[in-house]
Amino acid sequence: MSEVPANAALIGGLIEACREVIAVNADHLSELDRAIGDGDHGTNMCRGLEAVYAERSRLAELPLPKALEETGLTLVMSVGGAAGPLYGTLLIEIGRHLAGANGQIAFARALEHAIDAVARRGRASAGDKTLLDVLYPVHAEVVRRAGLAGIAEQAERAASLTFGMKAMRGRAAFLGDRSVGHVDPGAKSCALLTAAICRFLEEQCPA
Amino acid sequence: MSGMNPKSANVGIVIVSHSPLVAEGAADMVRQMVGDCVPLAWSGGNAEGGLGTHAAGILAAIERAWSDAGVAVFVDLGGAETNSEMAVEMLGEPRSGRVIICNAPLVEGAVMAAAEASGGAALARVVATAEELSP
Repeated sequence: MSEVPANAALIGGLIEACREVIAVNADHLSELDRAIGDGDHGTNMCRGLEAVYAERSRLAELPLPKALEETGLTLVMSVGGAAGPLYGTLLIEIGRHLAGANGQIAFARALEHAIDAVARRGRASAGDKTLLDVLYPVHAEVVRRAGLAGIAEQAERAASLTFGMKAMRGRAAFLGDRSVGHVDPGAKSCALLTAAICRFLEEQCPA
Repeated sequence: MSGMNPKSANVGIVIVSHSPLVAEGAADMVRQMVGDCVPLAWSGGNAEGGLGTHAAGILAAIERAWSDAGVAVFVDLGGAETNSEMAVEMLGEPRSGRVIICNAPLVEGAVMAAAEASGGAALARVVATAEELSP
């Protein structure tokens, strides 16, 4: 992450971009969740992003790693459901590992470490039809410096691939084979957020 | 509530359900069994009172049922467990080391654990009693 735009504008802008993409897609996320879960993923994520948005001026004053960690804590406290601890863990761990480091390699390492922490928290692996099925491919794109548009595209593609997967974790796993044929709501929200973040960064820091 | 709990010699019990009605009902059943001699608290529903779980509510329940002998937590479905793990971490060391999330059925586990706790059993014994219910 570069110093341009200024830290506060960067953090504030990221928060707004994430809040907007979740607000616009909340109904769709809940609809996906109704098919294979308990139907509250959209409202839960909305609640979380609104809580983060309400704290945006405080968060924007923090250095980026600390802001990520604090955003994660806010999500843990507000989202509810499994998504709160999972997204919370992701941001908290990225923040902790970015502290004192900078640059794309440091970010890739922090992301890798954070994704491992999410996998442990959810006791899930690749192919289990969870947000990990977006996070792992996103990390791979970051590692090979795919560029923001490439990362966003890969995230969307990875989310749609969960359509054919059988859920092994979460409420959807209770459905067994009947979970096949639906996009995982957590993977979808993860792809939406990734794409929104990439779009925002691309607008702010054109290559 | 923590720190001024007269029954804190016994292990505490926390019940976490997606439904406030289930959590409260299970707690009622525990209370019927052991009266006031076991610290007991529940957290049910999301932050808005709908079905769900949230870490902040669970953390508050652990505080209410706190015992220096430890706390056994009973959960229903996935998010209840994940959020409980988060709440235990937020409790911080060394207290987090004295909280165990049990792999046991919510109602039966909580009632049996509370019965064990009411006799002054240690946390490991209380948890083992409840977990014997799970194959």
